[in-house]
Amino acid sequence: MLFLADDEKAMLDGAGGVAKQKAMELLVRYANALGAERFVDTENIAGVPGSSTLFLQKYFEEHAGDGSFEAVFSLYDLDAGEVMSVPRAGGNCCHLQGGMDLVHWAELGMSREAMQHQQQDEAELARHGVRIMKTCTPYLAGNLPVKGEHCAWMESSAVVYCNSVIGARTNAEGRESTSAAMLTGKIPDWGFHRDEHRHATHLIEVETAVESVMDWGMLGYFIGSAVEEEIPVLTGAVRQADPLRHKHFGAAAASSGGVEMYHIVGVTPEAASLEIALGGRKPVATINYGAEERRRVYETLNANGRDPNVDYVMLGCPHASIDQFREVARLLDGKKIKTHLWMFTSRAVKTVADMNGFTKKIEDAGALVMTDTCSAIARAVPRGTKVVALDSAKQTHYLPAMVDVGAWFGTTEDCIDAAITGRWTGELR
Amino acid sequence: MIVLHGRGIVGGCVEGEALVTRETISGWGGIDPMTGTVIETRHELHGQSFKDKVLVFPGAKGSSGWSNAFHMTRLTKSAPLAMVFNQMTTKIALGAVVTRVPAVTELDQDPLSVIETGDWVKVDGDRGVVEVIKKRL
Repeated sequence: MLFLADDEKAMLDGAGGVAKQKAMELLVRYANALGAERFVDTENIAGVPGSSTLFLQKYFEEHAGDGSFEAVFSLYDLDAGEVMSVPRAGGNCCHLQGGMDLVHWAELGMSREAMQHQQQDEAELARHGVRIMKTCTPYLAGNLPVKGEHCAWMESSAVVYCNSVIGARTNAEGRESTSAAMLTGKIPDWGFHRDEHRHATHLIEVETAVESVMDWGMLGYFIGSAVEEEIPVLTGAVRQADPLRHKHFGAAAASSGGVEMYHIVGVTPEAASLEIALGGRKPVATINYGAEERRRVYETLNANGRDPNVDYVMLGCPHASIDQFREVARLLDGKKIKTHLWMFTSRAVKTVADMNGFTKKIEDAGALVMTDTCSAIARAVPRGTKVVALDSAKQTHYLPAMVDVGAWFGTTEDCIDAAITGRWTGELR
Repeated sequence: MIVLHGRGIVGGCVEGEALVTRETISGWGGIDPMTGTVIETRHELHGQSFKDKVLVFPGAKGSSGWSNAFHMTRLTKSAPLAMVFNQMTTKIALGAVVTRVPAVTELDQDPLSVIETGDWVKVDGDRGVVEVIKKRL
């Protein structure tokens, strides 16, 4: 039974205007579906409010006579039956990845019309108080919550980072719930907002050293398949990982399964000990990750790799950090590439990469640096691409299914080597 | 006829043919919202569409774009007729709400054991009841 606080009842009664009323109605439908008993206040919301593809814009032009930002926000995000005037969002609201790079949109196969539509959407976002971050890594671009903070975030790789690495609290919210939360400051108090749902269920004994970014990605991919949406706690041969390794590990675990939180004993903020991570309970299962499991996950990720002739290398899934720019700039310095190479990041990180000369070194080699999106989000690869090389387990999971290409998975160095020679020579080392 | 009792999370009453999978489904990147077809490479439903079928599955996984992908199937008229599932998550709760198809969970028998693809299934999201007429007796 859902309990409503006075301010929530007032919004439902229309005291805050019709848009807040419709937002609250949607949140009540959602909370009742979950079986939540109350809402929690949140001021940190990351979503994709009002953003529309040309399909959505044209759909609402045709079916509702209005394809404007406020129409898409009303009819689609809030699932309301009418177009409303949308007030400014409160709190710390940001827009995640989506759309296209505003410089290299033509290379992504986008039309000028779609690019101009995105510019209009961005003007509307700013007018409605939403911070335009355009990235799947808000935590690298200026939205970094604190431990215990209640958030309402989309983007599975950001959600798992938020819960596990930062110790803030969010469920994997969706487009509609985050848009509704931006107007109301409310999200169902369910799942990861509550202490009892943050404890580990599955114990992962890591028996083989996990050090490279590729290895962290493979371990995440293995664990996601093994535990699905449950909560793993890792012990054994895992040491403190840097943010880059957490980024790749969590993104992989959230794609092969639905991992939204993990613990690493002695490393992550809610795992001072194994007992604390497990909340005093016994694990429902213990799973080992050794050399044999590592080999099998490598083979799974390379199951779509047959032709060694690579046409395209994609880096930046999740969006590249400044450390990755430094590494790629070092590997490409003074070289020329034979394949296409696109590297994706946030506008914030690209600005720093530009200032440090990393972007120039990468582009001088023949690559492109792009923001806002990635090949999977934009469903865009260079024309004629048959075989891609990737250093992200998450992108390897999605891209071959979405654009029908062969794919190789390996280290960043394997990928850069493929870009320079045109051939894949990566192997499990 | 077999009758299962559970909790309706989206109201309405429909009947149709079941499409059953023992594997969780990804929304964004796992289905094509224009046709309702499962596109995840190694999924057992790969290439099959749930359009106008009663989708019986363990639950949702993957991207937080789950609700958006299923919401889109409502616009493209490729949505499932109803959803019957086991594992509650934010993805599936929000997805079912915005897809606006009858949805039932927390059933007193495992729907994945009782229902097979091709069975005729009536889903009552108002009362939380699922009725199954087996294709093969």
